[in-house]
Parts: sequence; C-alpha cells; structure tokens
Amino acid sequence: MGQVIAFWIFAVIIVVAALGVVLLRNVFRAAMLLILSFIGIAGVYILLNADFLAAIQVLIYVGAIGILIILAIMLTREVPLGSPSNKFRIPALFVVALFFGGVCYAILSTQWQVSNVLPEANTTSKLAVKLFGEDGFVLPLQIIPILLLATVLSAIVLVKDKK
Amino acid sequence: MSIGLEHYLILSAILFSIGLYGALSKHNAIVILMCIEIMLSAVNIALVAFSRYIVPLQLTGQVFAIFTIAVAAAETAVGLAIIIAIYRSRETIDAGKIDLMKW
Repeated sequence: MGQVIAFWIFAVIIVVAALGVVLLRNVFRAAMLLILSFIGIAGVYILLNADFLAAIQVLIYVGAIGILIILAIMLTREVPLGSPSNKFRIPALFVVALFFGGVCYAILSTQWQVSNVLPEANTTSKLAVKLFGEDGFVLPLQIIPILLLATVLSAIVLVKDKK
Repeated sequence: MSIGLEHYLILSAILFSIGLYGALSKHNAIVILMCIEIMLSAVNIALVAFSRYIVPLQLTGQVFAIFTIAVAAAETAVGLAIIIAIYRSRETIDAGKIDLMKW
C-alpha cells in the first residue's frame, strides 16, 4: 500500500515538474523544475529496487548536470527572452499526441511476461559482479572512460578563448 | 490496486512525450537540451522497470541504465560547451537563428 502511494506521489511530481520545464517561460525556473523532476526519478528508482541507480541519479543528474545547466543559463544572458515556442508548436503537439497514443496502445495490448520472483534487495555488489565478472561488460566499461576523456578535452577546447 | 509494469511504462511514455514536445517546439537551445535530458531519463525508467519486472535476478536493464547515464552526462557537457561557444560568436542561442550551416 505504501508503495502505491509513493508511486503516485513520485509520478505526479515528475510529470508536473516536466510539464513546468516545457511550459514555463522563465528558463531559470525551468532548470529548477528539471532538477526536481530528476529527484522524483531517483525516488522511482528506489521503488524499482535499484538503490545504486538512485544514488547515481542524484549524484550525476541532480549534482552534475543540473549545476552545469544552471551555469550555462547564467553564462548566456538569455533569461529575459524566456523560452518561447516556435512556429511548429501545433504540429509538434500533433506528432507527440500520435506518438503517445501509439506507445500507449503498444504497452497496453502487449502480454508482458512478468516474473513473480522477488527482486534483489542490495543491488550494488550484484551490479559490480554483473559489470566486472565473467561474461560482464568490461569492454564497454573501458570505452566509457575514453568517451569521458574525449568529452573533457572537447569541452575545454570549445569553451577556451581563442584570442 | 497494485503498481505493475504498465504503470511505469506509461509514466515513461508520458515523460518521453513531454520531452519530445519540448525538443520540437522550443527556441532556446538550453531548453531543448533540458528536454533531451527528460527523454533520456524516461528511457532509463523504462529500462529499469523492464529489469525489475521481467528478469528480476539479472539486473541487465540497470547496467544499460548506467551506460545511458554516463553517455548522457558526456552529451550534456559537450552540448553546453557548443552552446556557449555559439553564444560567444553569434550573441544568441536561439535555435532558429543558428543558421550558419543552413543550405
């Protein structure tokens, strides 16, 4: 019962905050609501027995990406202009409604093979075994640092003053 | 009434649709980037929900979500760096006015 209430609270927080990101004119408030939505998503991860992912979500999304976006908003003095919609507003709404209808139909008409096994409680050590153990994901784990290194270098090169 | 896989998938679909609408219909490049983040988070919710309800003992969906989060962080960093570089040279981040490569 508690899980049901928690799910609905988190779902309402996430959806309202995401709607605020899209509909508010003030970019700074939109960024704040984006962070609130990320925190709600961390709560959903906890409900899904993914405690490590919830910690990662708070650390990376709320901590790093949220601060980065707020910093970029402050560096680009476009706050007075707000975030107006462009001329594709109505077609975009139509496309999104079509997409949402299709996805909902697919979700509700599929017979999901839901397993009745209870999920793992402490996922951190099991995730480590899954990532680094036999038949793990060692090669992708080696590629991710290369990607992050390239990201750091390219961000420095792009933002550096050319004078 | 208990919460099942469908609830999480519908939540994920709603979130993805909101992000898609924002990414298609906004002028401000930073807001477009924020909407792309919302879409990536929606996909993560779907991955973790599949992992929890279909294969509860294997955690494969959570591994995919970890890689998605890492790539999303890299994408945000580079995207914001590009936006700041464009703002320096063109004094705007209006996606409609960044038309240097328009044919």
